[in-house]
Amino acid sequence: MPRLRGLPLMLYIIFLMLPIYWLLNMSFKTTNEILGGFSLWPHEFTLDNYREIFTDPTWYSGYINSITYVVMNTVISITVALPAAYAFSRYRFIGDKHLFFWLLSNRMAPPAVFALPFFQLYSAVGLFDTPFAVALAHCLFNIPLAVWILEGFMSGVPRELDETAYVDGYSFPRFFFKIFIPNISSGIGVAAFFCFMFSWVELLLAKTLTAVEAKPIAATMTRTASTSGYELGLLAAAGALTIIPGAIVIYFVRNYIAKGFALGRV
Amino acid sequence: MTLELKGVSKRVGGEVHIYETSLALAESGFNILLGSTLAGKTSLMQLMAGLERPASGEIWFDGKNVTGVSVQQRNVSMVHQQFINYPNLSVFENIASPLRVARLPSQEITRRVESVAELLRLSPMLKRKPAELSGGQQQRTALARALVKDSDLVLLDEPLANLDFKLREELRDELPRLFADRGCTVVYATTEPAEALLLGGHTATLYEGRVTQFGETSRIYRAPKDLVSARVFSDPPINTAAVQRQGDTIILNEQVRWPANGLAMPDGPYTVGIRPHHLTPRAAGANAVQVSGQVQVTELSGSESIIHFDLEGRSWVSQSHGIHPHEVGEVASFFIDTERCLYFGPDEALVA
Repeated sequence: MPRLRGLPLMLYIIFLMLPIYWLLNMSFKTTNEILGGFSLWPHEFTLDNYREIFTDPTWYSGYINSITYVVMNTVISITVALPAAYAFSRYRFIGDKHLFFWLLSNRMAPPAVFALPFFQLYSAVGLFDTPFAVALAHCLFNIPLAVWILEGFMSGVPRELDETAYVDGYSFPRFFFKIFIPNISSGIGVAAFFCFMFSWVELLLAKTLTAVEAKPIAATMTRTASTSGYELGLLAAAGALTIIPGAIVIYFVRNYIAKGFALGRV
Repeated sequence: MTLELKGVSKRVGGEVHIYETSLALAESGFNILLGSTLAGKTSLMQLMAGLERPASGEIWFDGKNVTGVSVQQRNVSMVHQQFINYPNLSVFENIASPLRVARLPSQEITRRVESVAELLRLSPMLKRKPAELSGGQQQRTALARALVKDSDLVLLDEPLANLDFKLREELRDELPRLFADRGCTVVYATTEPAEALLLGGHTATLYEGRVTQFGETSRIYRAPKDLVSARVFSDPPINTAAVQRQGDTIILNEQVRWPANGLAMPDGPYTVGIRPHHLTPRAAGANAVQVSGQVQVTELSGSESIIHFDLEGRSWVSQSHGIHPHEVGEVASFFIDTERCLYFGPDEALVA
């Protein structure tokens, strides 16, 4: 009986893992084998696809560009969101609730809406085709998200903690960095994770705002054909490598995410 | 150290949290702020500490106006009802934190933290994190942090309310001893009249953002200035009824009347206040008079009976020693100790 009970779960996991397996499977095949017919595992096992990615600058610079703007974006988003979230959680000011909702509603607009104005604006000020352009554009979505998540965590810290620290003689900056931030570190982890993930998977803005210099991996990867015809093996290897950063980040915040869910902010 | 509030008030949005209040706290012993939830105890403490700015009025420390001085610059410490400690710091660092901020030499810090920890029996826990302590120990840590600073003003905001009764009694006994020879002014907020009486000192009764009376605790209890103060300082609630003085008699109704011996008040209508323990199932005092009513609720604890009964549409409470079982719905007799009654005039001020 216990074996039977595990069966649906097994099927579900197989169903989930199948595309990833297939991607890995393809990444170790030659393009000829992929196009040649159906095979469950690579018959001519090859690492050439990966070798190509790590040696050809048009490929690996995509990763470097992506990581650059993703990290920039995460740092900017968290840095800006921390004081904003603190204000929303600790102070009452005119229109605070409306502003808070408006911030969130930014996330409801599809990125395509913003692609054109950003493209024109960044071209005009000379930011086009730099990692900075993408990092800033992604802030539009990530800052509200980070504020929303951090506000939840901050409101979970009793206001009396602030008061106690002031009574003890802490100045605001000292309290904020020495006492408050360590207390919401898990929230910062969760917010950073979501900023990272969004920025890492977002394609449209990243593609629109870059050309050659700052081309992200997602743009490189999604061109299906090149001068040498279909390079399916190469694309599969690139895809497999793209999963890795997300997997690493989620490993570090896996315990905090549950807390975020408990606060209703994830 | 003296603390004086001069016409201080506090508004949040359009709401008044503290009406204009003037108060000069007693220099030694406990100053108790007694009032129910939302009476303004915490708001008043935040004003005293300097965490909030008053909307009007001034706050004076030791003859100096400190109204505009930030909380960091005032030498105060505070303990909250919730056990507030820095979760990311060890117990030692928690206690040491005000001293670290003040940049004391580290040997001095170690010495002072250890002596305070000894006093509060926290010595074995110094290396732990606050989350690894029991509630009582967490609150002790917060108290230790307040003590180690040697501040002029110590604010204790219902520090025992979240503890179970055994720990509460234990800590309540320790508290006056801890602050006894430190020469600081202690302000202690509580919702429980019994706690105020146990701690002694001075008491300010608070009601809906107003300090209704301030003075020595026992004196305030015996002679509340008005009905509101009497209500705040009575648990179970004080029994009231409209009475009439006619010549030598106080008249409650047709049957219930008692002599107005030596009461310095003219004929007319009054409100009588009878504390629940002066309304007992057995006659006490020379001039006890009998009232009877239908029993509504009885609360029998080990050695005490609290009986709620209906008297002409009013709910009255009797509190007495011993067990006096009564069925709900039965008509029972109680005796008013008429020598202990409080009389309030039409303006609710105490007259006799």
